[in-house]
Amino acid sequence: MSSAANRVLLRVEDLKVHFPVTEGVLMRRRTGSIKAVDGVSFDLRRGETFGLVGESGCGKSTTALAILRMLEPTAGRIVFDGEDISEASQSRLRPLRRRMQMVFQDPFGSLNPRMRVREIVGEPLKVHRVAGSRRRFRERVAELLDLVGLLPSMANRYPHQFSGGQRQRIGIARALALEPDLLICDEAVSALDVSIQAQVLNLLMDLQAKLGLTYLFIAHDLSVVRHISDRVGVMYLGRIVEIATRDELFERPRHPYTEALLASVPTPDPVVEAARAHHLIAGEVPSVRNPPSGCRFHPRCSKALDRCDRVEPLLEAVGPARVACHLYPDSSPAAAGAGQAGDQVV
Amino acid sequence: MTTVAAAGTDPLPGRGESRWRRFVVRLFRTKPLGAAGAVVFVIFLLSGIFAGVLAPYGINETDLAHRLEPPSTEFLLGTDHLGRDLFSRVLMGARLSMIVGFCAAALATVVSIVIGVLSGYLGGWFDMLTQRLVDAWMTFPDLVLLIVVVSVVGPGITQIVIILGLLYGIAGSRIVRGAVTSVREHVYTHAAQSIGAGTFHILRRHILPNVMPVVIVLFTTRVGAVILSEAALSFLGLGVPPPAPTWGGMLSGDGRTYLYLGPWLALAPGVCLTVVVYSANVFGDALRDLLDPRMRGT
Repeated sequence: MSSAANRVLLRVEDLKVHFPVTEGVLMRRRTGSIKAVDGVSFDLRRGETFGLVGESGCGKSTTALAILRMLEPTAGRIVFDGEDISEASQSRLRPLRRRMQMVFQDPFGSLNPRMRVREIVGEPLKVHRVAGSRRRFRERVAELLDLVGLLPSMANRYPHQFSGGQRQRIGIARALALEPDLLICDEAVSALDVSIQAQVLNLLMDLQAKLGLTYLFIAHDLSVVRHISDRVGVMYLGRIVEIATRDELFERPRHPYTEALLASVPTPDPVVEAARAHHLIAGEVPSVRNPPSGCRFHPRCSKALDRCDRVEPLLEAVGPARVACHLYPDSSPAAAGAGQAGDQVV
Repeated sequence: MTTVAAAGTDPLPGRGESRWRRFVVRLFRTKPLGAAGAVVFVIFLLSGIFAGVLAPYGINETDLAHRLEPPSTEFLLGTDHLGRDLFSRVLMGARLSMIVGFCAAALATVVSIVIGVLSGYLGGWFDMLTQRLVDAWMTFPDLVLLIVVVSVVGPGITQIVIILGLLYGIAGSRIVRGAVTSVREHVYTHAAQSIGAGTFHILRRHILPNVMPVVIVLFTTRVGAVILSEAALSFLGLGVPPPAPTWGGMLSGDGRTYLYLGPWLALAPGVCLTVVVYSANVFGDALRDLLDPRMRGT
């Protein structure tokens, strides 16, 4: 990738999204807060695919919604193409919405059942008043349908006449209508059958090559993320615990949580699977309302040190990756190597 | 399938017309009961409109020689205690009852949509405040409210339409609001927001079409309810003032008084009321189904 293409398109700095927990009916008082996203930072470079993985409830989708400003961030900065949009008014945000679009998880719920495919795919054009003449509008919709591998003649149908994979293609066509720079795919393939997942993933990759799109790809399925991402961020309880390039992360996971997450993926070979050491994560995910002190992963971590329950680790460079873990006291390669020795099996 | 596809590619000029025709054809083909309801409803509407021409006698023309006569060829539905022709009065009653029923139900539906959609979609403080006002309004017993207002402003068709419209409209806003709050949380609404669509666009393109099934049923049930409420008011002497014939008034006035001597007095308006309300309801149900693209064959 050239250096120009490496320019940062989206920068998220210390993003926090807290939801107040209130009690009482008449006299509402704030009794606490759900820290769904609590200090997330990452960069998205133009043209790359950044995968965001983590268990359900770790704040992946909340992060995406906050980037689109569909949820108000409690703190932090979101800089899109050099412009700080974390405080921008809705009217200033409107032109920027053209450049950031979202593909949703549920292909059945994300399309209005009472609109024809033409109206659905063309809706962004109408909303931003770039539809042009009736003929131009129809042509553009036909182009978009063709782009995502659907027949332009399908424009007159209703969503219920399509399969899940086809509907997801319609959702992608809608997201592409305004020629955005950034596409946020929130679990875009997780509701689909595995065979259809592969088709949609390949479509997304083709589109990226063709249109130079940047993806923020949110998923809980590691194999999907490995397939599509250039870089991956791992989230746990509202924080990013590790960011690395795809190969680095999958071959040399550094954070114990990443390691455990990768180890939880079953191997399709029963012999290898039986011989494989399983790193089981003990216990349940703690409540985001009352997250553990220090490192949020320490109660479940097999390698927890003394200070893990007191000092919160920061995301720091460890070799080529960035990890938030006390096992890596400094970024010297020796320390990083020592930290991840031993348990590495696969 | 091929014929439908061919119809879809018809040359543009007659498009609106053919769409209507196709809709009517679909109504009769897939929903015969609903179509029958529509036909009956239209017949009543027309006979109400043309009551002046169709009625064999004047509505207030008394004939003391023929009092309380059972139905005959001369008096199709019999006569009442003043010798007035019941058939003529029922025809005229169709006009009044349909006007009251239709206008008040339409007003009620509009009120319900405006309050329900705004309150349900905007949420927050506006919703809180509106809903508490609706609560307060609903704690008044309907009839007491009606009696008070009618006694203050006096009986008359306009007042009754407005009062019944507001009464049912405000109560019905709850139902619309409930539907809106569920549609609001659908992913397609969020998708529209993420595109950058404004509130008005979302309300018009996403919220309203998807609460339409509820609204249609609300409207058709309201038509019946309003006609019955008007009957209740007439019973108390607060409806459209006599001698103007409304079905409710005929049912609760002479119909009740002479139930033993002339049961046809109650039967005629009663049956009409039942038939109109039922046909409005089945037509509404058919309309709801036909307007849902998912119920359409491919």
